[in-house]
Amino acid sequence: MILLFLRLFWTFFLIGLFGFGGGYAMISMIQGEIVTHYHWLTMGEFTDIVAISQSTPGPIGINSATYVGYTSIINAGYSHAWGVLGSFVASFAVVLPSFVLMILISKFLLKYYTHPAVENTFAGLRPAVVGLLAAAALLLMNAENFSSYAESPWQFCISVAIFAFAFISQRVYKMNPIHILLLCGIAGLILF
Amino acid sequence: MELFITFFRIGLFTIGGGYAMIPLIEEQVVRRKQWLSSAELMDLIAVAQSCPGIFAVNISIFVGYKRRGLWGAFMGTLGTVMPSFLIILAIALIFQQYRQNPYVERIFRGIRPAVVALIAAPVFRMAQSAKINRYNVWIPAVAALAIWLLGVSPIYVILIAGMGGYVYGQYIKNE
Repeated sequence: MILLFLRLFWTFFLIGLFGFGGGYAMISMIQGEIVTHYHWLTMGEFTDIVAISQSTPGPIGINSATYVGYTSIINAGYSHAWGVLGSFVASFAVVLPSFVLMILISKFLLKYYTHPAVENTFAGLRPAVVGLLAAAALLLMNAENFSSYAESPWQFCISVAIFAFAFISQRVYKMNPIHILLLCGIAGLILF
Repeated sequence: MELFITFFRIGLFTIGGGYAMIPLIEEQVVRRKQWLSSAELMDLIAVAQSCPGIFAVNISIFVGYKRRGLWGAFMGTLGTVMPSFLIILAIALIFQQYRQNPYVERIFRGIRPAVVALIAAPVFRMAQSAKINRYNVWIPAVAALAIWLLGVSPIYVILIAGMGGYVYGQYIKNE
């Protein structure tokens, strides 16, 4: 069990350390490490967690770290109390690299931040973060989130319609994500 | 303590995170408390965006440290993190019990495709702001395919992209 907590700490420490590009890039990293690599969560559970993290107060990165920390420990068969410790460990670990780095920056490095080396590094990072986000979306397009045509044609078609609705209302009409999630939740309740 | 309360408020009243927090941070930190000038905050936003980690947490660490040193940075961070932590924990404990409930299951079956869409939609907006054109479109394409089809960890992709950008800029571009 200690090993599990150490792994959880280390994983979220790395996510905090390399989490360039904001909340969504972090979501891609959590997906890569926690779901794809360690299988602590299923893709479906992960999707639910992202939904809840998006529609509750606070930064998405912290929300999802707290939630993933809790669920990973519960899924490993431990009690709620250990789950709470898991969420503490994950949130602490994801913030720790920021803490050290920001203090160093505010102390010494503020003047180097426009240094060409830093700018060059970011010229490479920025396009890659776009790829990270695209991969996160592609990985989530699976049978767990959409069902499959063979298994349940009705659910699959409705899921695709919901996806199209949410995509267009966010992209074209800039609708509030929470309203989108609410409407789609109601649609699910009625249609499934 | 003042730092804790201010950032607690910022953490509590922003939904969606990240850039949605900027107006509230400005209101609290610049206008109300006058801890930073507007120009200082603009610089800080640029720095916090280019640092790894959570944007709002980075801001609170910086402001806290500037005001009260290490202890201030700690209180600021705690303030930003605490609302999330408590709210999510409460939801997690409740949701765990109702997960098998058929109504809850149906609601989340409707929500899941929408979440995927909410992650897919900003890809194009981010592509614009990252100035993706036909010469560098291969970078996000290769990154996405490596993660999606080959199962490469996004952490390695970020590492390689950062090093690639550095090497290209330092040694190749200007020759």
